[in-house]
Amino acid sequence: MTAATVRLTVNGAAREGRCEPRKLLVDFLREDLGLTGTHVGCEHGICGACTVLINGDAARSCLMLAVQADGAEITTVEGLMRDGRLHPLQEAFREHHGLQCGFCTPGMLLTALDLLRTNPSPSEQEVREGISAVLCRCTGYHGIVKAVRAAAVTLAPSR
Amino acid sequence: MKPPKFEYHAPSTLDEALALLARYNGDAKLLAGGQSLVPLLNFRLARPAALIDLNRITSLAYIREHDGHVRLGAMTRQRAIEFSPVVARRLPLLREATRWVGHLPIRSRGTIGGSIAHADPSAEYPAVLTALEGEVVARGPKGERTLSSGALFETYLTTTLAPDEILTEVRLPVMPEGAGWAFEELARRHGDFAIVGVAAAVWRSGGRVTARLATAGAGGTPRRLRAAEEIVERDGLGAAAIEAAGRRASELVEPDADIHASADYRRHLAGVLTERALKRAAERAA
Ligand SMILES: Cc1cc2nc3c(=O)[nH]c(=O)nc-3n(C[C@H](O)[C@H](O)[C@H](O)COP(=O)(O)OP(=O)(O)OC[C@H]3O[C@@H](n4cnc5c(N)ncnc54)[C@H](O)[C@@H]3O)c2cc1C
Ligand code: FES
Ligand code: FES
Repeated sequence: MTAATVRLTVNGAAREGRCEPRKLLVDFLREDLGLTGTHVGCEHGICGACTVLINGDAARSCLMLAVQADGAEITTVEGLMRDGRLHPLQEAFREHHGLQCGFCTPGMLLTALDLLRTNPSPSEQEVREGISAVLCRCTGYHGIVKAVRAAAVTLAPSR
Repeated sequence: MKPPKFEYHAPSTLDEALALLARYNGDAKLLAGGQSLVPLLNFRLARPAALIDLNRITSLAYIREHDGHVRLGAMTRQRAIEFSPVVARRLPLLREATRWVGHLPIRSRGTIGGSIAHADPSAEYPAVLTALEGEVVARGPKGERTLSSGALFETYLTTTLAPDEILTEVRLPVMPEGAGWAFEELARRHGDFAIVGVAAAVWRSGGRVTARLATAGAGGTPRRLRAAEEIVERDGLGAAAIEAAGRRASELVEPDADIHASADYRRHLAGVLTERALKRAAERAA
């Protein structure tokens, strides 16, 4: 099978790699581009650990081929910091104990960002529904829900 | 590398995609949102010789109102449907059902065409297609045909689409002004596939009630519950009639047992959810 060239923008920078068409986007990000912040868990769409933003929308990078992302703009957890400072959502996760082992955190953050973009002031129920897209085996979710609601408040004026 | 090897094609027109399908003579798979197909590839349960990716065919993604129908291109994302003002106004039942389809990150990629072609009996869109008496358009080498839900769904994960056909469009009749609607569902967790789901719509015109009811997850295909509809069409939308329609619904379905639920439990749910859906739809109806 012939390798294909994949050119895409990741966290604002133009990146390029060559891979087989069957390579999953998550593996391409981790192995070819060295961006290991995006985690890989179930590899069939259930756990959400691999969630990234694809052209602004949260999506599973284990359910997309790298070749399909040719020309796309991707945001991974590595792209959230600005000028050496944590993103307000990351700050809120730290503040409110939104993580323990951190395995689910990258997917949780990008899912929450998409949620806050489509619904800037979600109710607790809406946050719970939104983050049900990602499984966390540590926190029991309470801290995450608090963090997302707190971030909604901090992010509100800038939007 | 999780998926098995395959040739990959990403045509930019429907004609190219049809030509590729014909060339592989049944050994190629169409790739839409990938939210069902890529897991199957990752598990190596599907081993197609080639994937024909429809994502570069931009002409297959649209939502248009035309002639009393809303036409949705097969590659329209579930997320686009969720946020479409046309869908919110004309097909509120479809909008409500969409909130039950997986989670937002799944709906970012998943398409209406893929959801219907995949024919998972627990999926919401096939039930909506059935309840609203919609049609799908299929294009093949011999041209185009339109199919009703009854003509499309055969059994679990199986449709009557030929291997060289592509589902191109879903057509749903605009819901009448003043219609009430509800999609009720029970799943283990929010975002999981339904154990049972019920789509309902009701409207009044000239003193007469019209009701539409269809199930997901209560048998190998979505099921229209005509005899339950008839009860409220005859006796109105009062509590007793709605209860009777629910009872009738549980008699009408022919569910199977699987690891998620027994057949009896599904039958029970079909009744309960029909009652709830009718009640909520009736409250919303003008
Ligand atoms: C975690 C998770 C939860 C989910 N929960 C739900 C849920 O609650 N309800 C629900 O309905 N779905 C659910 N899904 C499935 C999701 O909705 C899929 O998007 C959908 O079933 C398939 O659509 P797709 O566009 O992703 O198609 P794909 O996965 O790309 O394709 C599915 C099948 O349809 C065929 N196909 C696709 N498009 C066409 C076409 N235009 N013409 C002919 N054949 C075609 C493909 O060849 C393939 O066989 C879930 C998925 C995941 C990963
Ligand atoms: S690794 Fe992608 S959803 Fe689990
Ligand atoms: S913090 Fe460990 S899985 Fe969520």
